[in-house]
Amino acid sequence: MDCDAFYASVEKRDNPELEDKPVIIGGGRRGVVSTACYIARIRGVRSAMPTYQALKLCPDAVFVKPRMEAYAKASRQIRAMMEDLTPAIQPLSLDEAFLDLSGTERLHGAPPAVMLGRLVRRMKTELGLTGSIGLSHNKFLAKVASDLEKPRGFSVIGKAETADFLRDKPVRLIWGVGHAGQEALEKAGIRTFSDLLRWDQADLTARFGSMGTRLWHLARGEDRRPVSAHEPIKSISNETTFNEDTANPDVLDGHLWRMAEKVADRAKAKDLAGRVVTLKLKRANHSQLSRQTGLREPTQTADTVYRTARALFDQVSGEGPFRLLGCGLSHLVPAHQAGSAGDLLDPGAEQRERAERATDKIRERFGADAILKGRALR
Amino acid sequence: MKLSIERSDLLKAVAQAQSVVERRNTIPILANVLIEADGSDVTFRATDLDIEVVDKAPAMVERAGATTVSAITLHEIVRKLPDGAQVTLTADSAAGRLTVEAGRSNFSLATLPKEDFPVMASSEYTSNFSAPAPVLRRLFDKSKFAISNEETRYYLNGVYMHVSDADGGKVLRCVATDGHRLARIDADLPDGAETMPGVIVPRKTVGELRKLLDDDDTEIAVSVSETKVRFATPVLTLTSKVIDGTFPDYTRVIPAGNTRKMEVDAADFAKAVDRVATVSSERSRAVKLALDEDRLVLSVNAPDSGAAEEELAVAYGDERLEIGFNAKYLLEIASQVDRENAVFLFNSSGDPTLMREGNDQSAVYVVMPMRV
Repeated sequence: MDCDAFYASVEKRDNPELEDKPVIIGGGRRGVVSTACYIARIRGVRSAMPTYQALKLCPDAVFVKPRMEAYAKASRQIRAMMEDLTPAIQPLSLDEAFLDLSGTERLHGAPPAVMLGRLVRRMKTELGLTGSIGLSHNKFLAKVASDLEKPRGFSVIGKAETADFLRDKPVRLIWGVGHAGQEALEKAGIRTFSDLLRWDQADLTARFGSMGTRLWHLARGEDRRPVSAHEPIKSISNETTFNEDTANPDVLDGHLWRMAEKVADRAKAKDLAGRVVTLKLKRANHSQLSRQTGLREPTQTADTVYRTARALFDQVSGEGPFRLLGCGLSHLVPAHQAGSAGDLLDPGAEQRERAERATDKIRERFGADAILKGRALR
Repeated sequence: MKLSIERSDLLKAVAQAQSVVERRNTIPILANVLIEADGSDVTFRATDLDIEVVDKAPAMVERAGATTVSAITLHEIVRKLPDGAQVTLTADSAAGRLTVEAGRSNFSLATLPKEDFPVMASSEYTSNFSAPAPVLRRLFDKSKFAISNEETRYYLNGVYMHVSDADGGKVLRCVATDGHRLARIDADLPDGAETMPGVIVPRKTVGELRKLLDDDDTEIAVSVSETKVRFATPVLTLTSKVIDGTFPDYTRVIPAGNTRKMEVDAADFAKAVDRVATVSSERSRAVKLALDEDRLVLSVNAPDSGAAEEELAVAYGDERLEIGFNAKYLLEIASQVDRENAVFLFNSSGDPTLMREGNDQSAVYVVMPMRV
């Protein structure tokens, strides 16, 4: 199930004045389009498009700042409806999820297609939101099917018609085959699924590694990945696009701290700690720069994330001005494995960690703005 | 160039060269060894632009000259030749080939012009001294385990070799630390080393240097400048850039006021730590040390996988103490002790602990505890 222009639909539902206007959800003048409603999409606006470009295509667009709480609430309501169908739900994002309906026909007294039809009808009548359904015998095909007739789509790819369906489709249909992947495949003469079918599994694997093995199976419409409710989180990251490009180290330092704090907050909420810290920067000309470094012990504190990212930043700070800064934490492990050995050369580290834990407690009680680092105000 | 050389001499020289060469190279010439034949010697030179090694070997030089060839390929060939073989190297600069002949084996290798080979600029050394191989071996062997891998604190990615004051006067001192443990090893100050600037010898250089130090009778000529360090035997010269950074003030890290003293047989201790740590699969496994009158209980409690406990007889007369350490750090430190008992000096469960061998102040280790 994939909601149609989810954020924009929530906004239109909550503000009927927007109903027949092109609505774009995005952050600020310098950001990118997060979601565009279908009216805006007709004009060529796409997700992840820079705001200025979207404005050029669609000057009368109404820009709305994202209200994540509202979307999260709607998402929870949809989730509850899906849970009436099956416990095997794998959410991909707030507005998209895999549902495994195998073996539920006897329980519901109706086949999955009917139950899914009822689900989208309920979403429309009770929540005023629409979604598209892709029904098939595995995740790969279900995802492909859900995109076929958007919005308010309902597509089924049955086992018998799988081969016919895939034959002339381009390989970029495969989630995970991006621009570079397409190019590599094209070099091998692979454009469509029927091209893929001509390859031996061993040859594909030799050329493309584990992706090759996967391609061989996908070419035959095979995908054995289960719908798993608990896909482990691989990384936590946060980034921000500035209102104006900046090379000012103080301003950038403030952004870096706030990003580190957000990353640490999420790690703490999920009870995770990470061993690798990543710094991401975008220069004024949109070229990207990223640096990462490993820690000896996993961490979940904003202090360590910030200090590590700061050291990375110091290596590249001269390459500004920048338009975007992000920071991330990966190679995640359960929090109890986080570093608990002090640092001989940094005797203040333990004290700073205690201060951070205390700060967290104060915020929990009195709100996020109850106590701030001076650095956060930069 | 044409020369004939004993296989074992060639193997030794080429082995040293190929180990300096980086396996993943973007500059082709850096994968090569520069072979220069002149008089009755042939020299083999390899570099990764930070380290340069020059090895001299006796050879029958028929025609002087020079060329460069893949260090790894040449090493592989020589390694596979039968022991005792006589090897002939012939360079054909017009064809860009080096022929390697031994017995009935014949190889032809692609070469690159010797002019392209980067030779490290020579340096003015501010200090020259000589030290017996066993002295340097001890300094670096006992300190290198504590070298850091952290890229952000790059100045910890080596051994800090410098002159320092100790109780008995000035010493030649090597220090390494990664922030969790620290090793400080002293040796008598060799004549001529007094004016030596402190330098951070990079990890890779320490590894390469080790190969010069195997023979107890060798005297190593050491030259030091602000930017470079050189270690030389009559046949081998290792020159390296030093890490451009400031080593932190480690002296304030070494606890002076730790009074709770535990003495234990280092081998028994290490084995016990190793045994109890088996039950935990985490990367940073914490071992808890519970100390009471002449008794040490080591324990590991891994909620997911199990628990272990072991008791050891030790000499300890202070009040009860519980303190946790990373098992790996304890093992590494205990394995540095080779003659006497290990002496641990604790303060509290949150403070750095000091370890030394008996009463020997010339090798001191500090390790940071973990919360357990």
